[in-house]
Amino acid sequence: NMPEINVTPLGAGQDVGRSCILVSIGGKNIMLDCGMHMGYNDDRRFPDFSYITQNGRLTDFLDCVIISHFHLDHCGALPYMSEMVGYDGPIYMTHPTKAICPILLEDFRKITVDKKGETNFFTSQMIKDCMKKVVPLNLHQTVQVDDELEIKAYYAGHVLGAAMVHIKVGSESVVYTVSVNKYAKSHISAWIDKCRPDILISESTYATTIRDSKRCRERDFLKKVHETIERGGKVLIPVFALGRAQELCILLETFWERMNLKAPIYFSTGLTEKANHYYKLFITWTNQKIRKTFVQRNMFEFKHIKAFDRSYADNPGPMVVFATPGMLHAGQSLQIFKKWAGNEKNMVIMPGYCVQGTIGHKILNGQRKLEMEGRATLDVKLQVEYMSFSAHADAKGIMQLIRMAEPRNMLLVHGEAVKMEFLKGKIEQEFSIDCYMPANGETATVTTNPSVPVDISLNLLKREMALGGPLPDPKKPRTMHGTLIMKENSLKLVSSEQALKELGLNEHQLRFTCRVQLQDPHSDPDTLHRIYTHLKSVLKGYTIQHLPDGTVMVESIVIKVSSSAEDTNAKVLLLSWSYQGGEYFFTALCIVKRLMYQ
Amino acid sequence: MAAHLKKRVYEEFSKVVQVTHEEAPAKKLRLSKPSKSAALHVDLCKASSSTDALQYLLTFSRKPVEAESVEGVVRILLEHYYKETDSSVRLKIASLLGLLSKTPGFSPDCIVDDAINTLSSEKSHQVLAQLLDSLLVIGSQLPESPAVRLRLIEVAYKNLSDSSFGVRTKCLQLLGCLGLLEAPLGKDSDGPGPSLAMRDVQSIISDYFGDQDPRVRTAALKAMLQLHERGMKIHQIIYDQACRLLSDDYEQVRSAAVQMVWVLSQLYPESIVPIPSSNEEIRLVDDAFGKISHMVSDGSWMVRVQAAKTLGSMLQVSPHFLEQTLDKKLMSDLRRKRTAHERAKELFASGEFSSGRKWADDAPKEKLDTNTVNLIASGACGAFVHGLEDEMFEVRNAAVEALCQLARSSPSFAEKCLDFLVDMFNDEIEEVRLQSIHVLRQISTHITLREDQLDTVLAVLEDSSRDIREALHELLCFTNVSTKECIQLALLELLKNLNKYPTDRSSVWKCLKFLGSRHPTLVLPLVPELLSTHPYFDTPEPDMDDPAYIAVLVLVFNAATSCPTMPALFSDHTFRHYAYLRDSLSHLVPPLRLPGRKQVYGLDSVDCGSGSGSVESAQLFLQQSLNRVSTIQNLEAAGAPELLDLTIRDLQRLGELQTELAGAADFCATFLRCQLLLMKALQEKLWNISVPLILKQNITVTAAAQQVLDESYKLEFLYSGLENRQVATIHHVRLQAKALQLILAARTRHGLDSLISSCEKFLQDVESFQRLFLTELPHLQDSFVEKLLELLPRLSSCKPVEQVKILQTTLRQSGLLQLRLPEQIHRATATIIEPTGESDNPLRFTSGLVVALDIDATLEHVQDPQNSVKVQVLYPDGQSHVIHPKPADFRKPGPNRHRLITQVYLSHTAWTEPSQIEVRLLLAYSSSCSSRLGWTDAMDSLHPAEGTVEGTIPFSKHVKVFIMPKPARR
Repeated sequence: NMPEINVTPLGAGQDVGRSCILVSIGGKNIMLDCGMHMGYNDDRRFPDFSYITQNGRLTDFLDCVIISHFHLDHCGALPYMSEMVGYDGPIYMTHPTKAICPILLEDFRKITVDKKGETNFFTSQMIKDCMKKVVPLNLHQTVQVDDELEIKAYYAGHVLGAAMVHIKVGSESVVYTVSVNKYAKSHISAWIDKCRPDILISESTYATTIRDSKRCRERDFLKKVHETIERGGKVLIPVFALGRAQELCILLETFWERMNLKAPIYFSTGLTEKANHYYKLFITWTNQKIRKTFVQRNMFEFKHIKAFDRSYADNPGPMVVFATPGMLHAGQSLQIFKKWAGNEKNMVIMPGYCVQGTIGHKILNGQRKLEMEGRATLDVKLQVEYMSFSAHADAKGIMQLIRMAEPRNMLLVHGEAVKMEFLKGKIEQEFSIDCYMPANGETATVTTNPSVPVDISLNLLKREMALGGPLPDPKKPRTMHGTLIMKENSLKLVSSEQALKELGLNEHQLRFTCRVQLQDPHSDPDTLHRIYTHLKSVLKGYTIQHLPDGTVMVESIVIKVSSSAEDTNAKVLLLSWSYQGGEYFFTALCIVKRLMYQ
Repeated sequence: MAAHLKKRVYEEFSKVVQVTHEEAPAKKLRLSKPSKSAALHVDLCKASSSTDALQYLLTFSRKPVEAESVEGVVRILLEHYYKETDSSVRLKIASLLGLLSKTPGFSPDCIVDDAINTLSSEKSHQVLAQLLDSLLVIGSQLPESPAVRLRLIEVAYKNLSDSSFGVRTKCLQLLGCLGLLEAPLGKDSDGPGPSLAMRDVQSIISDYFGDQDPRVRTAALKAMLQLHERGMKIHQIIYDQACRLLSDDYEQVRSAAVQMVWVLSQLYPESIVPIPSSNEEIRLVDDAFGKISHMVSDGSWMVRVQAAKTLGSMLQVSPHFLEQTLDKKLMSDLRRKRTAHERAKELFASGEFSSGRKWADDAPKEKLDTNTVNLIASGACGAFVHGLEDEMFEVRNAAVEALCQLARSSPSFAEKCLDFLVDMFNDEIEEVRLQSIHVLRQISTHITLREDQLDTVLAVLEDSSRDIREALHELLCFTNVSTKECIQLALLELLKNLNKYPTDRSSVWKCLKFLGSRHPTLVLPLVPELLSTHPYFDTPEPDMDDPAYIAVLVLVFNAATSCPTMPALFSDHTFRHYAYLRDSLSHLVPPLRLPGRKQVYGLDSVDCGSGSGSVESAQLFLQQSLNRVSTIQNLEAAGAPELLDLTIRDLQRLGELQTELAGAADFCATFLRCQLLLMKALQEKLWNISVPLILKQNITVTAAAQQVLDESYKLEFLYSGLENRQVATIHHVRLQAKALQLILAARTRHGLDSLISSCEKFLQDVESFQRLFLTELPHLQDSFVEKLLELLPRLSSCKPVEQVKILQTTLRQSGLLQLRLPEQIHRATATIIEPTGESDNPLRFTSGLVVALDIDATLEHVQDPQNSVKVQVLYPDGQSHVIHPKPADFRKPGPNRHRLITQVYLSHTAWTEPSQIEVRLLLAYSSSCSSRLGWTDAMDSLHPAEGTVEGTIPFSKHVKVFIMPKPARR
């Protein structure tokens, strides 16, 4: 019955959104992420926790919950699970995630409850209570959840505070990672050591994409902004509050610095300001460039970027404005857009994907006349640009990660089935390891071949080392003698003497005796002497003694000759050997027999 | 009781006596033989505990030991070593053994045996490792002794099986450094030894490639590399083993393995190796290239840097593999996507300009076959694509460097990597941007920039970093562009740059000069537009002082040199401006043959004819002038001053006309001026007049002597390319000046003491001259010094007054020294570009606080400017400050050229009115014999750096800056 690791996705199995993966490893149950699905407003929004238990609280069934990063599809269901379903165990996340997560949860709650008027949703108090259960993680710090289960966070790319987690029970281990951002050089970087886990669970959103270098895209973006500014136009960049926005801010800020530009850059107020504050605090979690410049100043203490005021939109002259929300469907970004749309000198840059039906989507598809509420139409004269920046890893990034960590098995989540299929094939082909992609509720089982650690006493080791050769050769295994003691869940390898002593047993000598009948005309002492001289001549390098009491000793084997009273020619040869001397015995026996039958 | 007390007193007394008695011989020993060994012995014997002993050893190791006493010290140390039980003390002793055997002048062969013997009894692994380390030092001190080597190698073999990684590492190091390069020929060389020491070093070291400890594996690889460095040919068998280590768990092993694989690829580039899991075979260098390329996406950035750097030097790789490194396939949802590079190229080809207007113009096109997609970089595929996009800038930098090296040897590769390099111009780290600009300049002979590429390149002109902009200007000087639009674009951007950063003026002009002379045919169609001429109407004459207009003219005039039809397009004022610019900016505006215009300008005609011939004739003239001067027999010859005067004037004019010879002409002129001054000083009638009457004349002579002295320092330190012979001549002049000073001093001053001391000093100077220029003395025939040296025995014995008399006659009788010119001689010059000194707006600041003044200067032919160039600030009240710029403020844009960009901080108390301060550059010198100063043990040195003269020579013009310190408001 081999030990096995079971992985069951409750969400994100061959699907995007509501990440929630159950892992049972070495008798421990761990929940990785606890996210919500953006596409649903009903029960499908949250993972189906009834899979774990039909009634009652989850505390008894889960040893810990680990949240990888602050995106809602990874942490959105957390207050629901801990406060409404019921879980009191530890929740692990990194410091930045712990700081930013409640802001997003609160925002999410406000939209659902206050705007959409839903009831039976978690409250602000619940978010607070939930966050109290959180245990913050530091990078590369090994945290002992209990005696056997330990977790260690590595830096993942993606967004601020995102982490890969290495989960280890005994010698079995699992690594869980969100999209690692190796190639796309954003303000975040990732690395993992060669930990050779049993399973590597990875996201695969962009499993079928290989991206162009980020530098090209950045250059395009900057060039467009720069040209518009030089023309005296205004640039509107609709963004979502977190992640992308900060990345673009840094980009523009450094560009302004580099090119010595003077036009103002504004940042719409609200959520982003808070988020910027956290970016400032967690400066050490960012990339080389930002960390390096920190000696002079904090990169997030923007020099050129100021807070936006509604009245600034009418100011003359060039400017750049970041405004929320990102799809131009409401709020400040839409207001500014309306004001600026009429002038062909201006420009709007959509830095992300736009949902169908939003103004963002319409203008990206080339619509030049927009119908606004109140039957008014808006002529869109300004230039519309699209710029794709995504923090998700592409296929190469995932492959790179596999190369770095060298897992024994691979498991893909958070992606579309068709795309996963492609990546799975590639992984199996390139690395020849098994790759799984379970659907929601489906369990992937991996049997492990754990190594059992055994303590060995130093004396025994030294003794054995002294016996053969100077150095252990790693290529050749060697046998050694010892006694394995299994006691209270621990294994020990000691020398037999010590084992006896520890167990309080007496040593029993085991001797075997063999009788060989033979015909020999000589007298007993003569026969014995013949045997002695013969052995002496054949077995060189062994200690052979002729003892005065009429026996011959070959190492620990005793040879004795006795003749029966009736027939003096019929001799009985007695060979006696101890248990340890077994190897020599047969050699000695053969030699003696051969001598006698000559 | 009393008796008891008495007894104790006696006891104690006797003890004291004994102690002093014991110490007395020790002291005596130290007196009679000032060796450190004795002192050490005493110290070590005194040490009561091991910590004490360690303390003694530590203090002992800080002081140097004379070569003679090293052996004794070692013996004492070893003696103590065997007695010592504490391993830390033994460790220190072991390390001292190595340290001591490095003592210059000491040959450690006498202590080899003792050192080796210590190994046998040592139990501590750390001490053992340290002993081996010391043996390594001893071994490398004795490269000529094969017997010692054999013994040491044997020791290393014996200890290779030690269980501690430290000992094994040291053994491998020892083998790497001392292992025999070729097996000794005669097997009968020495009887019992050959078995071990003769074994193949390489196979033994390579056995440890599979050691369980990563540090030992690294050491084994390093030892092998060491063998290679020492000239041993590494066997090809190692290749497979080294390749396996490329996938080691530890980064230092991987890093060393990369080097090993590289070495082998250079040794056996053409051997054939099989590709595993197929029956194909490829060249070893290609295989290695693929494997190292793979390491560019390693997990550790150190390895990535190493791999990227290494790739650059694998020039023998097949072009097919080389081009794979830039391979980049993009896809989106399993559809092939074109890279931005490809899109740009297509747009360019289709004639369409500007991109990105359309939504989804980067939409993926055809479907990809899933089998052909390579997700993980296998082999060389995309190595540089990865390297250039690496997260660590060190890796990116290394990749850029490697690209450069490879591109320089392969024009086709240069063409291909252009897109990537141009991309790097937008890197977030300035170093990388700068590096890629430099690289592009280096490969610019192979390439022609496309318009879209040029666009990206030119965007960098707005960069706020001056280094970047200047590097880019330099790049543009060497760039080939393809169309006239490119020229227009470049000009436009450069003018924009000029507008934004007016300080770039000279650099921009220079850039346009080269741009014009490189692309005359592309400039031609642009001329009417550039000069805004009109076929029918006269256009207003542009402002001649506008830097932008000058820039345009520089471009046009340079293009016109090789395009004779161009001047026909010029309007009248253009010709006038040409004449003006040709005169004022002659280094930027070339001579033009203008049709229908008389060659009125004398300068032009001279320059038109000037070529290599005129340099030669100038050289000849210079030599003739010198020859003429050399006819002057001695300093009192009649007509000599006139001749010298004339020659000096000739030489000065020659230097102005012929810039190549400016240094030499200047040097000669200065030298002759010194001679002239000396001559005049000696010719004065005053020498015959009695002392009281000549006070007035004396002043002029004193001034002359001082001036000669100053000029002699200028001669010595301001000119580069001087040979020992010239230096001797200069010193000779200085000696003459000093003699003159001495004579004057003797005549005016009456204190005999001061005269004696200055006489002594002079004699010392003469001696040191003799010492320094012993080899040059035969060339100084009939000179002042030669005569002086003849008289030296007499001089040093007689009284000062007599000495002075002798000096006076020798000085007056000695002949003029011939000056021989060295091959190349350059005068160090400095030009302050900024501040310009033209500003009328005073720099205002609150008095007592500081204000920073930007200084930008170019230095030519200055050796070691970091240490020698200083900035001097002179305030109107006569105060002067000397400021030492930071070493980082000096850049080196070209050979023999330096650029100083620094800030000096000024401060002063309040003034009522703005006033000018003066800024200039100084060249600091010290005429000490550097060899003597090498030993910094100042306490021991007996001679306090004799003859050291330190001073500064101003070598740039004064620049005046208006400043205005205002009183602080309260």
